Amino acid sequence: MVKRRDLVSTNQTTTTEHHPALAHHFDNMEQQQGASTFGMWVFMLTEIMMFGGLFAAYLIYRLKYYDAFKAGSTSISVSWGFANTLVLIASSLTMALAVWAAQRGDRKKQVTFLILTMILGAVFLGVKAKEYKDKWEECHIPGHVIGKGFNTWGGCDVNNPKLGNIADEMRDPKEHGDPSIPEVSAIQTAKQTEIFFSFYFAMTGLHAFHMVIGLGLLTWLTLRARSGEFGPAYYTPVELGGLYWHFVDIVWIYLFPLLYLISRHQHHG
Amino acid sequence: MANQMQSHSSQAQDHSKSSEHAHPTLGLYFTIFGALIVGTCMTWAIAFVDLGAFNPVVALAIACIKATLVILYFMHVRYSDRMTMVTVAAGFFWLLILITLSLSDYLSRSLITVH
Repeated sequence: MVKRRDLVSTNQTTTTEHHPALAHHFDNMEQQQGASTFGMWVFMLTEIMMFGGLFAAYLIYRLKYYDAFKAGSTSISVSWGFANTLVLIASSLTMALAVWAAQRGDRKKQVTFLILTMILGAVFLGVKAKEYKDKWEECHIPGHVIGKGFNTWGGCDVNNPKLGNIADEMRDPKEHGDPSIPEVSAIQTAKQTEIFFSFYFAMTGLHAFHMVIGLGLLTWLTLRARSGEFGPAYYTPVELGGLYWHFVDIVWIYLFPLLYLISRHQHHG
Repeated sequence: MANQMQSHSSQAQDHSKSSEHAHPTLGLYFTIFGALIVGTCMTWAIAFVDLGAFNPVVALAIACIKATLVILYFMHVRYSDRMTMVTVAAGFFWLLILITLSLSDYLSRSLITVH
């Protein structure tokens, strides 16, 4: 059987055997993997643009409503955020190890590391769900569409007709607040924290959505790895799945300091 | 001749043109992981120290170092061809333009006094 590829490409230097995964429009496996990697990075550049827009908007609003963003940022749990960062970095390591095993055609290790990555990813989403639940109970869901309404005016819990927890905390010395802040401006700032939480849920929500897609990709990769499809000559899908997973990790590497950390220090004097 | 060949092959490994050894060793993966954990702990600890305007700067600098480590080693860009490197650099350069140009506008607005 004469392959069309052989007719047009006579100066082929690497493999002469046709790998089953080699598509007809590529000269060899290396070229194919190079093209796939390039394509994946171009896709991820569009992802950088999407998240980058949110990051820039977040930073600008933080400048505009600094007190409100500080109040909102200190109301989310830094411990859970920190733990989740460690979980996600660990999942990036296991993902890198899965690619390492795929390159060596080690089927058992590939499947093990891919499943470990999925478990860590699921732990991350579980912690995120717990954090969302806390925000739900504290009435920090922005807007009045879902939940019990954003608690600025005391509308969250009818049995607890307070100003709203953020406005209260801003004036409560026990919560590092300043009692000299007028009630009106405390309420005003608390109202602006709704913008912080809009960013918080949009950014972490979009990130979590990427994680869910990542878990789907990993499931598909695990099934293919289990059937022994990947080896030294062909592991591109695992490599690209890894690129995606690490990208999602990088987004969180920026989200953690931006949302949880940079407004946490106490100003002295 | 043998020397020449050896130096050629080590050069090929350095520039990672061969796909055989184009990825980090296990030891390097764990080292990078350790560095990422240390970076996370540092950024967490520093967040509680009052550095004034430099708190976000330090936090984002650490985040950039962590992201660079992930991109270079976990994502194998250190071992990729030039085109991939340029593509990745272009993406982050674009992000830099977006953030610096936008923030230089908003940050400098208070510097101008309107009489």
